[in-house]
Amino acid sequence: MTSDQAVCDARRKEVVRQGISVGVATGLYGVSFGALAVAAGLSVLQTQALSLLMFTGGSQFALVGILAAGGSGASAIATSSLLGIRNGLYALQTSQFLQARGLRRLLAAHITIDESTAVGIAQKERPLQRVGFWVTGLAVLAGWNLMTLVGALVGNALGEPETWGLDAAAAGAFCALLWPRLQTGDGRATAVLAAFIALITIPLVPAGIPVILAALAAVVVGLMAHGRHERGEDGLPGSDPLP
Amino acid sequence: MNTWVTVLAACALAFLLKLSGYFVPARLMEGPRTSRISALLPAALLAGLIVTQTVAGSGGRIVLDARLAAVAVAAILLWRKANFLVVVGATAATAALLRLSGWT
Repeated sequence: MTSDQAVCDARRKEVVRQGISVGVATGLYGVSFGALAVAAGLSVLQTQALSLLMFTGGSQFALVGILAAGGSGASAIATSSLLGIRNGLYALQTSQFLQARGLRRLLAAHITIDESTAVGIAQKERPLQRVGFWVTGLAVLAGWNLMTLVGALVGNALGEPETWGLDAAAAGAFCALLWPRLQTGDGRATAVLAAFIALITIPLVPAGIPVILAALAAVVVGLMAHGRHERGEDGLPGSDPLP
Repeated sequence: MNTWVTVLAACALAFLLKLSGYFVPARLMEGPRTSRISALLPAALLAGLIVTQTVAGSGGRIVLDARLAAVAVAAILLWRKANFLVVVGATAATAALLRLSGWT
């Protein structure tokens, strides 16, 4: 029992470490948002409001970028919302293991972003999925807001995050999270198809949409695997595996 | 449009989009077919995120730069069963050093 407890604690600690390292790497990016938003003509308070209330990096950069380029408020809102659709898709996944109600659900929704979802869904058991989601989401929320303020006040004195390789760090973290899922044939097929879809759609659709389209890989492979499974299990041709 | 109105309206919509996923009834996500798809969704989303974060440039261009080399290093380290923090640290260091050397 005590050794089980020790194993459980060690795995929990590992997930907390994952969450915090993703949170720190992503949070540091807040500097560039803060600096950019103020340079685009937003006040420090408006900049901070975006990081605190919108809290989804891609949408924030898009909104500020369009306003800076002299775009209308309506087009800024439309583009940032288009980029935010994927968070709703993530929520379909995270709501399965979070099972949050009331205020907790509102807070969970607020921190449903790329990083918290990626760390959460990458875990194998529900309790660890919850730990991964909450630790990552709250770590990014804290880091992102703190560094937005720093960026808004002192500008880009710390240099671009790219200088420190932070843009690649997130991709590296996501690779580590994807790795265990490549052990099954279906997992590999899904990842390869998803990567391919993302690659060919990046030049064709607005940013934020390729990830949504990549999710279709799971539908395609899932339905094909389902068909195989049905036929294999009852020895009869299963119901049509594809709609 | 007033900047505050734009900021707050966009924030409200961003939150409602996130929240909408939490109000889809759980039973719609059950059943063997849906659960098979759900089980594969993380792999699809992670692979999609990796590709977009590695090669997407501004204005929807595909850019092959230090990020791609850094992710290749991550893959090699994972194949060698490296620890998570080592992978993240080495990925950032690879990109940073390549840029420092002007390779970009």
